[in-house]
Amino acid sequence: MNPSQPDLLFRSLADPTRRAIFENLCRDGELTVVALTARAGVSQPVVSKHLAQLRQAGLVEGRHAGRQTHYRARREALLPLVDWTRQMTGFWDGKLDALEDLLKRMDQ
Amino acid sequence: MTDTQTRTVTLERQIPYPPEKLWRALTQPHLLAEWLMQTDFVAEPGHSFRFTADWGAVDCKVIEIEPLRSLSYRWDAMGLESVVTWTLTPTAGGTHLKLEQTGFRPDQGQAFHGARFGWTSFLDRLETLLARPE
Repeated sequence: MNPSQPDLLFRSLADPTRRAIFENLCRDGELTVVALTARAGVSQPVVSKHLAQLRQAGLVEGRHAGRQTHYRARREALLPLVDWTRQMTGFWDGKLDALEDLLKRMDQ
Repeated sequence: MTDTQTRTVTLERQIPYPPEKLWRALTQPHLLAEWLMQTDFVAEPGHSFRFTADWGAVDCKVIEIEPLRSLSYRWDAMGLESVVTWTLTPTAGGTHLKLEQTGFRPDQGQAFHGARFGWTSFLDRLETLLARPE
C-alpha cells in the first residue's frame, strides 16, 4: 500500500462534514448529491466538493445513471486504519453465527 | 517479517454437528454463499477462486486440503495478504471448529490507530457496519 494513502484518508475524514457524508453513505447505501445535500445541511456545491475529495481518497465511488450520479461508500478503503485483528475477529464472528444458522437449516 | 507486521486471528467454536456436515458448509459454493460470500471455490489444491460481496472481492487460492480435517487458502483483500485455515476436530457432541487467519501487512498501519481526530468512536461504528451481514 502507498504510504501516503493513510494520510490522505485521515485528511479526508478529519473534516466533520465530509465524515458525516461518508457515514450517511455507509448507513444508507447509494445516495445522490441531492439526497446527501438534504442530510448535510450545507449547499450542494459544497457537498459536491467534499464528494470529490472523498473520491480522491478512494472512500467513495460514483455510478452514473441518466443525469444523476449515485454515490456509495467504499468501506474497504478504511481498512488500513482499523485494527486488523479486531476487525477480522468481528467479521468472522458474524460469519460463524451465519454458519451455525445455516447448519441448523440444513437439518432434515 | 517482524511480529508487529503479522496479525493472527483465532476463533474457536464447538459446533453441535458432525465434521461431514460442517465440511459441506465449508466447501460447497452454494452453501458458502449462504453464510460467507458468493464464490467459485473448488476443493482442489492450487485452485484460484474469489469471494465476492457488495463491498468488493477477496482473492483466494487453495493451499492445502485434508478432507473433513483441514482446509487452508490464501485470503488477499484490500491490500492485505493473509492465510485462512479451518481445522475440524471431531468431538463427542459434534465438531470443534478452529479458524485461524494470519495476515501480513507491509505498511505501518499501527501508527495510525488510536484517538487522533476522535477516531475511536467512528471506527467502532465502522466496525459494526463492517461486521454486519452482507
